[in-house]
Amino acid sequence: MLKQTEGSHAVAEAVGLCRPEVICAYPISPQTHIVEGLGEMVKAGEIQDCEFINVESEFAAMSVAIGSSATGARTYTATASQGLLFMAEAVYNASGLGLPIVMTVANRAIGAPINIWNDHTDALSQRDSGWIQLFAETNQEALDLHIQAFKLAEEVSLPVMVCMDGFILTHAYERVDVPTQEQVDAFLPPYEPRQVLDPTDPVSIGAMVGPEAFSEVRYLAHAKQMQALELIPRLAEQFKAVFGRDSGGLTHSYLLDDAETVVVAMGSVLGTIKDTVDEMRAAGEKIGVLGITSYRPFPLDNVRAALQNAQRVVVLEKSLAVGIGGVLSTDVRMAMSGLQLHGHTVVAGLGGRAITRKSLRALFAKAVRGELGHLTFLDLDWNVVNKQLERERTTRRSGPAAESMLRDIGVIATGIV
Amino acid sequence: MFQVRIHGRGGQGVVTAAEMLSIAAFEEGRHAQAFPSFGSERTGAPVVAFCRIADEEIRLREPIMEPDALIIQDPTLLLQVDVFSGLKKGGYILINTSRTFAELGLGDYVRDWPADRLCTVPATDLSRKHVGRPMPNVPLLAGFAAASGIIRLESVIKAINAKFSDRVASNNSAAATEAYQFVADEIKAARHEEAAHA
Amino acid sequence: MSFQPVHFYQTGTFTVGNRLLAQEERSVQANMERTNSLNSGHRACQGCGEALGARYAIDAAMKAASGRLIAANATGCLEVFSTPYPETSWQIPWIHSLFGNTAAVATGIAAAIKVKRHKGQMGDVRVVAQGGDGGTTDIGFGCLSGMFERNDDVLYICYDNGGYMNTGVQRSSATPPAARTATTMPVGPEPGNAFGQGKFVPAIAMAHEIPYVATATVADLRDLEYKVTKAMGMRGARYIHILVPCPLGWGAASEDTIKLARLAKETGIFPVFEAEGGELTSSLKIRRQQPVEEYLKLQKRYAHLFGKTPAVATIARLQAAADKNIRKYGLLDQEAN
Repeated sequence: MLKQTEGSHAVAEAVGLCRPEVICAYPISPQTHIVEGLGEMVKAGEIQDCEFINVESEFAAMSVAIGSSATGARTYTATASQGLLFMAEAVYNASGLGLPIVMTVANRAIGAPINIWNDHTDALSQRDSGWIQLFAETNQEALDLHIQAFKLAEEVSLPVMVCMDGFILTHAYERVDVPTQEQVDAFLPPYEPRQVLDPTDPVSIGAMVGPEAFSEVRYLAHAKQMQALELIPRLAEQFKAVFGRDSGGLTHSYLLDDAETVVVAMGSVLGTIKDTVDEMRAAGEKIGVLGITSYRPFPLDNVRAALQNAQRVVVLEKSLAVGIGGVLSTDVRMAMSGLQLHGHTVVAGLGGRAITRKSLRALFAKAVRGELGHLTFLDLDWNVVNKQLERERTTRRSGPAAESMLRDIGVIATGIV
Repeated sequence: MFQVRIHGRGGQGVVTAAEMLSIAAFEEGRHAQAFPSFGSERTGAPVVAFCRIADEEIRLREPIMEPDALIIQDPTLLLQVDVFSGLKKGGYILINTSRTFAELGLGDYVRDWPADRLCTVPATDLSRKHVGRPMPNVPLLAGFAAASGIIRLESVIKAINAKFSDRVASNNSAAATEAYQFVADEIKAARHEEAAHA
Repeated sequence: MSFQPVHFYQTGTFTVGNRLLAQEERSVQANMERTNSLNSGHRACQGCGEALGARYAIDAAMKAASGRLIAANATGCLEVFSTPYPETSWQIPWIHSLFGNTAAVATGIAAAIKVKRHKGQMGDVRVVAQGGDGGTTDIGFGCLSGMFERNDDVLYICYDNGGYMNTGVQRSSATPPAARTATTMPVGPEPGNAFGQGKFVPAIAMAHEIPYVATATVADLRDLEYKVTKAMGMRGARYIHILVPCPLGWGAASEDTIKLARLAKETGIFPVFEAEGGELTSSLKIRRQQPVEEYLKLQKRYAHLFGKTPAVATIARLQAAADKNIRKYGLLDQEAN
C-alpha cells in the first residue's frame, strides 16, 4: 500500500512484517523513531509473539541480541554513531558466532566533536566486523532492504547491517509502498537456525579457538560473505518477483553505458548526484553514477566492470580515513587495479554538511577538466582551518580546537543550511 | 518541482507542518518529500523544515536553498534569521501575523512583489480560537493552500486527519477552514486592488 | 545415659556422609542421576574452588529445571578451562559471548525462550548466567544491573575468587583490602590492595529489590545446593554470589580450598546470607568464630602482613571489617554472644 510516511516509520513497519521475535532497543539519535515505532507495535499487539526489551546500553542491546539469536529467535535492533562504537565488541562477536541478527544503522558522524548529523563514519568503522553492510538510497529501498536482510542473514548465517542516512532518510517523509503480510511471508520463511541452544540437543557455542583453527574459522566467515555476494543479486530477483520492485542487489548503475566520468557513492546522496548528472548530461557531458548497495561484501567484480570503459572515477564518500583519505575509495581503487583511469577521492557531507547540486556541479566539472586532485574535501572552509593552524603555530596553549573554530565562524543559528 | 520552506520555533509544529504538507500533496497523487533541518533544537529555538512537491519521484536531498514559497510561523524570527535567504523573486510569502508587511518592516523587500503573493494570517489566534492552543502550523498550511493553490483545502484536512484524531482533528479542521477563507479573501482583495491600479 | 543427637559436624566440619541421611535429604551430587553438567576432564587447577562451585550449582539448577537449562558464561577461568575444544565439559547447552555481557546474553536467551514457549515451539527452559568476579562486579556490572532492574528471568551466579585469576591475578573490585595481586603489590607504605575501595555486589543486588539474592561458599555445599534450588523455584532476576578460593591467586595449598572457604565464613570476612525482595531473610551463623589471622595466614597474598614485624594495625582493620559483617548480617547467634 502506498503511504506518505517517515523513513523510520517505514522501516519499523517493514521489520514488523518480518515477524521479529526479539527486539532490543536503546535510544540514540537518529535511530530512535524506528525502535519507538516497533515498541508501540509490540505493545499494541500489532506485532505478536515478540519480546521488546529496553536495555541499558548499546553493548547490552547487541548482547541481548546475541543471546536471543543463539536461542533461535529472529532478532532485530537498531543503533547509530556512538552507539555502534559502544557495542563494537559485541558487533564482532555476533558475526564471529555466525548469528543472523539484523540491525539498522541510522548513519551519523562519530565524535569528538559530538555531532548528531549524518555521515557514514559509524558504519564504515565496522566494515571489517564481519557483518554484511547494505546501504539504502531511498526510504523505499531502506524498507525493502530490511525484508531482504532477514532472508540474507538467515541463509548465510551472518548478521546484516542495513545502513540508512540519519535524518536525511530516517526523518524524511516520502512515498513508500508498504507490502502486505502475505507478500512478506511469501518471501521470508520462518527462521531455521544452523545452531541453537537447545536442551534436547546441547551444544557448546563460543569456545576458545587457538592458532590451529583460527585462520580456518575466519576464512569461513570470508567464504560466507563471498556466498552472500552471489546470494544478494538472487534475493533481489526473488524480491522483484514477489514485490514487483527493483531493490537491493550489489550495485545500482545510472547512465554508465558511455560514461567517461563515473561518480561512485553510497546512500541517499546518490539522488542529488543523479539530478546533477542529468543536468550535466543535458549539457553534453558523458557522466554516469555507480551506487554501491552492498558495501560488505564489496562487489569488486561489478565495480571493476562498471568502471572498465571510463576515463576517470570520482568516489564521493561521507567518510574520512584520517591519515590517508577515503574509506570507500580505497575499496574502489582495489577494484580498479590495473585499469588505466584517473581516480579521485572526495570527502563530502561530514557531520551533516549539506551536499548541494551547486557544489557537485562545480566538482564534477573540475574532474572532467582534469583539475581535480587525488583527495578533495568538498566545500571545506579553508579560512577557518588556516586560522586554527596559525593559532597552533603561534600559541602553545591554543585551547580546544573545535571550540576555537566555532568561535571563528561566529553565530551559527541564522543560516538556512 | 515546487519547494516550500517553513520557519518557526521549536514547539510550534514546524516539522509537523512540513510533514502534513507532504501528506496533503501525496493525497493528490503527487510526490512529496518533507524533512526537518535536523537540529537538536529545544523549545523556542529557531527551526526550519522543508517540503518539495513534484509530479515525478524526488531524488534531490539537499536542503531547500531557493524556495518557491516561505511560511513564517513566527514573525519575531524576521529579526533573528535570514528567512528570505534564496527566496525566488516573486515567491509566495505567508506570515503568521495580524500586521501588514509594511508594519513588519518588509515594505522595501517586497516592493516589486505581486500583491497576491504576500499573505498574512493570524494563525495563532485562529488556533487559540478553534483548538484552544497556540499551534499556528495547521491554519498556516490551509492559508498556504489558499495562497498558492498547490494543494487543496480538502487535502489539508485529510492530512489533519492523518496526524490527529477525534476533537483535535475536527478543531484543527475548523481552524484550517477559517484560515483558508481568510487568505482567499485577502488575495481576492489584493487582486482587486491591483486591477484597480492597473 | 540421656539421648544424645548425632552432631554432623563432629569432624569439625559440616560435611555429612549422605549415608547418614534420608534419601530425600541427600545432596544432588550424591545422586547417581546427577547430570554432571560440568563434566570431569576439564582443565581447572587442582583445588579450584570455581570448578567445585560450578559443578554443584549447575547440577542443582539442572535438577530444579528438570534437565532443561541453558547457560551463558562470561570470559574467564571457568570458560577457558571447561571448553578446550574439541573437548567441552558442558553437558548442557552453553554459550560464551564476551567478558562483560553475560547477563545481557542471558536476558536474550530468556526472551527467546518466552517467545518460543508462547508459540508452542519450546517447553519451559530455564536460564543461568555465570561469571567470575571480574566479569560480574567490574566489566559486566552494567549488563548485570540492567538485567536486575528489568527483573529478567535469569539466575546469575558469580564465582568470586577476588581477582582476575585468568589473566594472572590482577585486582578486581572484589579483591579484599591488603591482598597482594599483580596490580596491588605488597610494596610501599600501604602494601597490597587499598582499604576503602571495592564493592560487595550482593548488597547492590539487594538494592535492586530482585526476588532473591544469596551468598554461599564452597565449604557449605549443601547450603549452596539449597540456595540454587530455592532460586530456581522463583522467577525473575536472581543472584547467587559464591566465594570460591583460588589456590593460584591466593597462594594457598590446593587442599586448603574448602578450609579457606569455611574460614572466610567462620571469621565473618565473607557473610553468608539470603535476601528476598531486597530484605535480609536469613544468615548462616558462625559456628565457631575464628580470628581473621587464621584465614589470612594460610594465604601467600597476605604474607606481607606476617613478616618479621607483623602488620598488626592492618590485621586489626581486617578484623574490624569482619566484625562489621557479623553485626550487619547477624552472623552470630544471640545465645552464642
